[in-house]
Amino acid sequence: MTSGTTTPAPTPTVDWAAVRADFPFLERRIDGEPLVYLDSAATSQKPRQVIEAMASSAACGYGPINRSAYRLAGEATDRYEGARAAVARFVNAPAAHEMIFTKNATESINVVAGAWGRANLGAGDVVVLTHMEHHANIVPWQMLAADRGIEIRWVPLTDDGQLDLTDLDALLDGAKLFSFTAMSNVLGTLPPVAQLCRAAHDAGALTLVDACQFVPHNATDVQAWDADFVVFSAHKMCGPSGIGLLWGREALLDEMPPFLGGGNMIGNVTLDGFTTAPLPDKFEAGTPPITEAVGLGAAVEFLETIGMDAVRRHEMDLTRYALDTLGQRYGSDLVVHGPSNVEVRGGVLSFAFRDLHPHDVSQVLDERNVCVRAGHHCAKPLMRLLGANATARASFYVYNTTDDVDALAEALDGATDIFGL
Amino acid sequence: MAGLEDLYREIILDHYRSPRNRGELPVPPAVMAEGHNPLCGDEITVYLDVDGGPDDGVVRDVKVAGQGCSISQSSASMMSQAVIGKTVPEVRALVRRFKGLMSIEDADGAGDGDAAAVPGATGDDPHPLGDLEALQGVVKFPVRIKCATLAWNTLVQALDQEAPASGG
Ligand SMILES: Cc1ncc(COP(=O)(O)O)c(C=O)c1O
Repeated sequence: MTSGTTTPAPTPTVDWAAVRADFPFLERRIDGEPLVYLDSAATSQKPRQVIEAMASSAACGYGPINRSAYRLAGEATDRYEGARAAVARFVNAPAAHEMIFTKNATESINVVAGAWGRANLGAGDVVVLTHMEHHANIVPWQMLAADRGIEIRWVPLTDDGQLDLTDLDALLDGAKLFSFTAMSNVLGTLPPVAQLCRAAHDAGALTLVDACQFVPHNATDVQAWDADFVVFSAHKMCGPSGIGLLWGREALLDEMPPFLGGGNMIGNVTLDGFTTAPLPDKFEAGTPPITEAVGLGAAVEFLETIGMDAVRRHEMDLTRYALDTLGQRYGSDLVVHGPSNVEVRGGVLSFAFRDLHPHDVSQVLDERNVCVRAGHHCAKPLMRLLGANATARASFYVYNTTDDVDALAEALDGATDIFGL
Repeated sequence: MAGLEDLYREIILDHYRSPRNRGELPVPPAVMAEGHNPLCGDEITVYLDVDGGPDDGVVRDVKVAGQGCSISQSSASMMSQAVIGKTVPEVRALVRRFKGLMSIEDADGAGDGDAAAVPGATGDDPHPLGDLEALQGVVKFPVRIKCATLAWNTLVQALDQEAPASGG
């Protein structure tokens, strides 16, 4: 496989109609019509399997984690740890105890910045980011810059929205950390993660991969990437909100100070101080998202049943179909940002439509039950580079079909009618 | 059900297509305020030129710059038309009326009875807000209320620089 492309091997065909049948939201009607949900990059819909697993564990299998001898608590603990093992396997983490449950990817990055960063970064130390990061992978480092005087360097973009790696080695020279997204939530761009990790390591820097958009849509192998930290969120991968993931190499997590202090994360507490628990508890202070972990475990199983190569292939097909359909219908009136080659982009299409403001586009589309996001997508520095305050964004997942793309194309005509363009 | 025709009234689209009072004013004598809609990234700049003091000053000119959706742009355009020539207290009262139209209670303006004191906007006028009433449909689309009020909140920031609210 050439670095930078994520074309999966051919897979057995998936019955996508059966996959759709697992999603109750598709039965929802607004104004008597079904929904065309094209906002999975913000958050994904949940399949029956996830909803039912959470409902049944909350109803009759609920109990505390780790602290009690009674069987109900034991069951709850097993399910919680089972979810950890499932998600570790899902991204090929070497060990389940390296997989930390957090609140979301944002918190995961804050754990690295707050715990590893505070222990290892001082004035003048360099963290390298890219111009296409989500605010979640910008602001925690800017907070450290304000606090500690660390220096932030930025990898720029090419005109078609890929990372411009021309000066990468110079940018990485002397850096302590390279923190970058594995898939842009605005452009869909899929940077060459393994290559970037190698370049960082050659320069003596660690890597944090923001895989929030990547893991839900691609087969992920943190060991093949050779990354040091990887973060993602359950709610974008058919799981519930309220639980996120931080994977880190055991040696790094062991050396780091804890992030939050409190119950569960301690080995011992005396009047004089505390010792920390072993991984993963060291980073899971307080009562964790118990029911959400069960939902995450069910989401992983659901996605594994489809197969992540099949998911990626499905979304490549949809993306290609969307680029063709919208291009044929609207020509230069509709500009899709980011790479045109679906080999290096995921199923996220940010677009400008004529002179219409994205808010108005999404409002008009909503009239046809077509749900797209309008805004800056928490990536204001990138939006500035694109020369826009906002874009409209359509994004695909396992429950989308080419009919949804057609519905989007059709609904855009409504905007033409109203605004008389 | 609220239809798009409630939101995109013809008069709104007219202000959107041909916004009034676009541009900038020299600062000083004018003051300038920038407003952001953190949800969508829209940015607006209001230039305000007031002749006189906080109690009796008259808005000589207003100009609006920046980018936004049809609702924020048309609201800004209508706002500029509505406030030119009004006194500062009249403008503040109009802001409160407009926020009332948007179903927003203005905490610090509550109970001072100022709104009723807008000249030409007393009880016998059935349309005290004129064209601005076209924006009433926005209330049925709560996400868009922030778009409609962006220019007004920015105007208040400018007023506060020009003529700090006396607080009494
Ligand atoms: C690339 C990327 N990183 C980080 C995040 C933050 O995820 P969360 O809001 O779940 O913490 C998002 C979510 O929008 C994202 O798209």
